[in-house]
Amino acid sequence: MSTFVLMTITGLGLAALYFLVASGLSMIFGLMHVLNFAHAAFLTLGGYTAWLIADSTGSFLAGVLGGMAVAAALGAVTEKALLRRMHGDHVPQVLLTVGLLLAFTALVRALFGSDPPMPTPSWMNDVTAIAGAPIPNNRFVLIVVAVAVYVAMSLFLAKTRYGLIVRAGVENRPMVTALGIDVRKAFMLVFAMGAALAALAGSLVAAVNGAVAPEQGVTLLIFAFIVVIIGGLGSFHGSALAALIVGLLQQYANFYALVGVGDLIIVLLLAGVLLTRPQGLLGRSLA
Amino acid sequence: MSLLEVERLNVVLGESHVLHDVSFSVAEGGVTALLGRNGVGKTTTMRGLLGLVQRTGSVRVAGREVATLLTHEIVAGGVGFVPEDREVFAGLTVGENLRLAERRGSTHDYDLVFSLFPRMKERLKQRAGTLSGGEQQMLALARGLLNENRLLLVDEPSQGLAPHLVTELVEVLERVAELVTVLLVEQNLSMVRRLARDAIVLDQGRVVWTGTATDLLSDAQGTRDLLGVGVAP
Repeated sequence: MSTFVLMTITGLGLAALYFLVASGLSMIFGLMHVLNFAHAAFLTLGGYTAWLIADSTGSFLAGVLGGMAVAAALGAVTEKALLRRMHGDHVPQVLLTVGLLLAFTALVRALFGSDPPMPTPSWMNDVTAIAGAPIPNNRFVLIVVAVAVYVAMSLFLAKTRYGLIVRAGVENRPMVTALGIDVRKAFMLVFAMGAALAALAGSLVAAVNGAVAPEQGVTLLIFAFIVVIIGGLGSFHGSALAALIVGLLQQYANFYALVGVGDLIIVLLLAGVLLTRPQGLLGRSLA
Repeated sequence: MSLLEVERLNVVLGESHVLHDVSFSVAEGGVTALLGRNGVGKTTTMRGLLGLVQRTGSVRVAGREVATLLTHEIVAGGVGFVPEDREVFAGLTVGENLRLAERRGSTHDYDLVFSLFPRMKERLKQRAGTLSGGEQQMLALARGLLNENRLLLVDEPSQGLAPHLVTELVEVLERVAELVTVLLVEQNLSMVRRLARDAIVLDQGRVVWTGTATDLLSDAQGTRDLLGVGVAP
């Protein structure tokens, strides 16, 4: 029983990370039709900025918030200065975002090296026993943060004008502009928000791993793309549901079957969804 | 006086040159019908006026050149659009569709909208995708009428509607035309006869006839030649 609880809570922690990365990716694709490989660079940027700030101030929270702010600002600049020029040209967009990811990863490695230890409050590394299972506190942090982000983003999408523009833009972007709305502002906002969420995930994954690494974004990005596709491109709630399924399934399979089987099962799940419901669990029909 | 002046409008979509030097003007007030057989470029003309497709040429609204502006800037200048196939946001409620259409710098005349379309008031919390075709058309028109517009572009509003809804739609458009200048794309000639003062006919992406709607529709042979359909007496 205690093992199952441990697997469930650590699986939820993994799902929380996937959700933080995938939700931004999904909204960016849904609204802007951009496959944003640079998302992983913002994740790494968040991790390293958090490390720099936490290392000099001693405050992990200040590091996390600083990382999000820097990523949001750089995300807004990236959208306005680079991506906007390639609006509608998918191949140049993909090349640009892949190039940014590769260049940024190499730059970070050259400037700061790999695996500097992330200073975190000691309580985050302690464990709390739940039904006899020793759960690292940082997993609870992941889960609480992801739930808070889910609630905040749901309220943003449901209650604000920009949320309305994003939801409408995912459905029919030209019609949004035909209502007199400058959809480019929404592009920049969504891109900045996505970058901030990726940076948040970057700080948290560094806290869980105990160190920040230049490649940490790339590994998460692959699973985040899988989550986005399973949940439905452009569907925020779909990303949340798919992250939950993928995180738990991966954790259970890796423990109860064989290490590595979890990744295989996720790929099979992806294939199954693409074959039976290509629009994803909560995505709109592509027909 | 002309409210809309279009000169040498050209649109190329992919390999296809859809509009060839299309030039026409629309007088202020009332309804001007943009007519033609299927596929001659009527909807492309509407989308070209708004910059929803790449185009060259001149488009002036109330004397102001708008062909250099982005779509949202043209609309913000007082040009409303009711597209073919309604294009309401299916996942949003009726209320959210209307709230989204509220333009900055314009008054939002909900009283007018709800007097013309009382059913919209009853369905504010209903998802637009669950409305009937007629109700979706009403919502699309309501979005166009919510703001102060000088010109309303209405594309095939009767398409797919039951005859009794078309009658209702004509009555609404008659009231709308008292408030704003309408450029109407429509295949239903009895509707055109009732609503339109002027008419422009396109054929193969070119303007082939302009004049009053009465002159056009009173010439049965000419109408058949230009539009490929007969006119009911």
